[in-house]
Amino acid sequence: MKAQDFSEQLQQQVQQAIAGKQPVRITGSGSKAFYGRETEGDVLDISAHQGIINYEPKELVVTVRSGTRLADLNAVLAEQGQMLAFEPPAFGEDATIGGTIACGFSGPRRAAAGSARDFVLGASIINGRAELLHFGGEVMKNVAGYDVSRLMVGAMGTLGVLIDISMKTIPRPFEEITLQRECTYQQAIERMNELAGIDLPVSATFFDGLNLYIRLSGAAPAIKAGEKRIGGERADNNAIWQNIREHSHAFFRQDKALWRLSLPSDAACFELPGKQCIEWGGALRWLVSDADPSQVRSAAERAGGSAILFRGGDRQGEVFHPLTDGMKTIHQNLKRSFDPDGIFNPGRMYREF
Amino acid sequence: MDTKNLINRLAEFLPAQSIIHEQEALRPYECDGLPAYRQLPLLAVLPGTIEQVQQVMRVCHEMRVPVVARGAATGLSGGALPLGDGVLLGLSKFNRIIEINKQARTARVQPGVRNLAISEAAKKYGLYYAPDPSSQIACTIGGNVAENSGGVHCLKYGLTVHNVMEVKVITPQGELLTIGGAALDTPGFDLLALMNGSEGMLGIVVEALVKLLPIPARAQVLMAAFDDVEKAADSVGTIIAEGIIPAGLEMMDSLAIQAAEDFVKAGYPVDAKAILLCELDGTNEEVSVQIRQVRELLKASGATDVRTARDEEERQLFWKGRKAAFPAVGRMSPDYYCMDGTVPRSRLSEVLTGISKLSEVYDLPVANVFHAGDGNLHPLILYNANNPGELKRAEDFGAEILQLSVKVGGTITGEHGVGYEKVHQMCVQFSEPELEQFRAVKKAFDPQLMLNPGKAIPQPRSCSEHKTIGGHQH
Repeated sequence: MKAQDFSEQLQQQVQQAIAGKQPVRITGSGSKAFYGRETEGDVLDISAHQGIINYEPKELVVTVRSGTRLADLNAVLAEQGQMLAFEPPAFGEDATIGGTIACGFSGPRRAAAGSARDFVLGASIINGRAELLHFGGEVMKNVAGYDVSRLMVGAMGTLGVLIDISMKTIPRPFEEITLQRECTYQQAIERMNELAGIDLPVSATFFDGLNLYIRLSGAAPAIKAGEKRIGGERADNNAIWQNIREHSHAFFRQDKALWRLSLPSDAACFELPGKQCIEWGGALRWLVSDADPSQVRSAAERAGGSAILFRGGDRQGEVFHPLTDGMKTIHQNLKRSFDPDGIFNPGRMYREF
Repeated sequence: MDTKNLINRLAEFLPAQSIIHEQEALRPYECDGLPAYRQLPLLAVLPGTIEQVQQVMRVCHEMRVPVVARGAATGLSGGALPLGDGVLLGLSKFNRIIEINKQARTARVQPGVRNLAISEAAKKYGLYYAPDPSSQIACTIGGNVAENSGGVHCLKYGLTVHNVMEVKVITPQGELLTIGGAALDTPGFDLLALMNGSEGMLGIVVEALVKLLPIPARAQVLMAAFDDVEKAADSVGTIIAEGIIPAGLEMMDSLAIQAAEDFVKAGYPVDAKAILLCELDGTNEEVSVQIRQVRELLKASGATDVRTARDEEERQLFWKGRKAAFPAVGRMSPDYYCMDGTVPRSRLSEVLTGISKLSEVYDLPVANVFHAGDGNLHPLILYNANNPGELKRAEDFGAEILQLSVKVGGTITGEHGVGYEKVHQMCVQFSEPELEQFRAVKKAFDPQLMLNPGKAIPQPRSCSEHKTIGGHQH
């Protein structure tokens, strides 16, 4: 990792883009180029803006430049026995933390520990007036002003360029094991919800259509007691969680469109063509299907949630779940308030902005 | 403002007893939990349905009357301080728990439901609502969302923003919006993050869906006494460095210990310079391991005595002393002024030394109570408002504490909000372009600035004016 502050150069590039009314495509390593809608514009490359600015293990906080490789950050945290609680997927060797946060990606631990946005404490951004602004900070509790740093998480870079990000870190669990047991889809949903209602050290769940996998994390005696209570067969290792996280698991290696359905954790099984798997205690359903997008979206809505065309399919059409009219107005107003000339990733999230 | 006309318009859909306009009847609404600031509203309304809130907002919007929302008014920053030319919108009638979903572990509640009432109702399912501000007996969930309230357990379980899944809000134009949902992710920007802590300036919360957690199988609290505040502060980092995240980690200094002990007889060691309450929760096995570890760590950090609560009763008693610390200090002094800065934990002892020096300069005693786990300080400045100039002195003292918090990399408010009280200190923490971005966010929701105007975000130019006046302005 070559630590360098590249924020001034980025600010100048944004200034030029504003002056020329020329949209930019904010890019790190390009590992998440598959995600979101296709967008036009000159590349604004943040990957040179690298390095860890501050890391205080005792404070459980790290501040990094957005172009820092996720792998580098994970290594630094691991040295101190810590990690990012939301266990983000990388989807590429050189994935940056900036891209991870802009996409708002969280991994297997999300239902148990929280999401990317839950662990963001502060952020510096360049807005569409080319101003470098700081929001939040490095402390756990901070209610001065609106929570703009969390607003950036999952905004797909449409509101500003992420420059520096402060996040809460957590200690790595002392031990981890994976349990597995055969069951049906509906049994998996019920079991996942039931276990989440009991104080057990469950840190991740997955149902592949055949087996329910449960990961336990914590102190050795707690894991032992949890294993006794939950039952099932102990897997040889914990590799499955990385495979699910990075979509290298067999389920994801298919050539049809991949949908990501975010549903209430107790939503029952729904009938759609294709294959499904379940994560996040029932709250996340992956669907590999060539079903019509409107069919998938209405099924998600009927179940009380929403659907994202995660990979494949038509990247020029609607990829994210449509907003209601009232929400669309607020989104457009917010977009204008951060980026009045509409230069950041136009159309990457929704066609209208 | 044609008050009569406004009342007539509101009376078209609100019963007469829900519109309060006589001065004496308005008196209870003149302040929130920060009684140093008082203002009678033009009138107060108490709608009972979501449709009525929408109608109130539409009428006020049309007539350009600003609106301030009010829950239980336990806020400590004057966020619910009424406006003399505005309507105060009380949500006390929205006091129903709509549904508890045992399987999905959620509670759908109206905004006027008390924080503690949610946990009480969820108890029979083995569940509870985690954020527990010290005012949890009285404060309501709508106000918790507005302030992004914390509590003594947020190091492990997060703030309100981490525990609320969805809010239904009424916009300044009277539209009903659903933000968030029963799923973990919802489409679009994370507006839920914006709503939490927005101090009633972006919308009126009329319903909330909150996350419930399983009641830990076991919770155990340790109380450690120290003969030195600095040692107590440093022990906190030592525990966390070992990979242990306590459910609660609270510290009190000697003045606060004495006050609390006099008030609730919690069994605190009154001769200690500081005490640390450390709660560990989780599975029985996990807690057993951690109790041993933490006890050793505290002793190694120089604790003069470490006690484990004998039983649940004593655990509750240890916490009662902490939760009653504010009123306990209130008994020692005619008035007190509670501050809320947060600092990086590593700077804690430096800031405490700074506060005790300022206490001498301003000649006002200060009791310190804090959420040591997350660096959130609550210095309580003791003063007597009847002594001429003492309120001003307390305010100036407080302003200096907040400046010190910002200087060491912290914030002016950890959980009480900016409100009316700290609006000028925002100029210390944020640059003008940052404040301008906040104003732009506000306008994205509320272009006419009808909701709680004048709170939380300083008006344009007010920072430079404030500087030229020099010092605290209230």
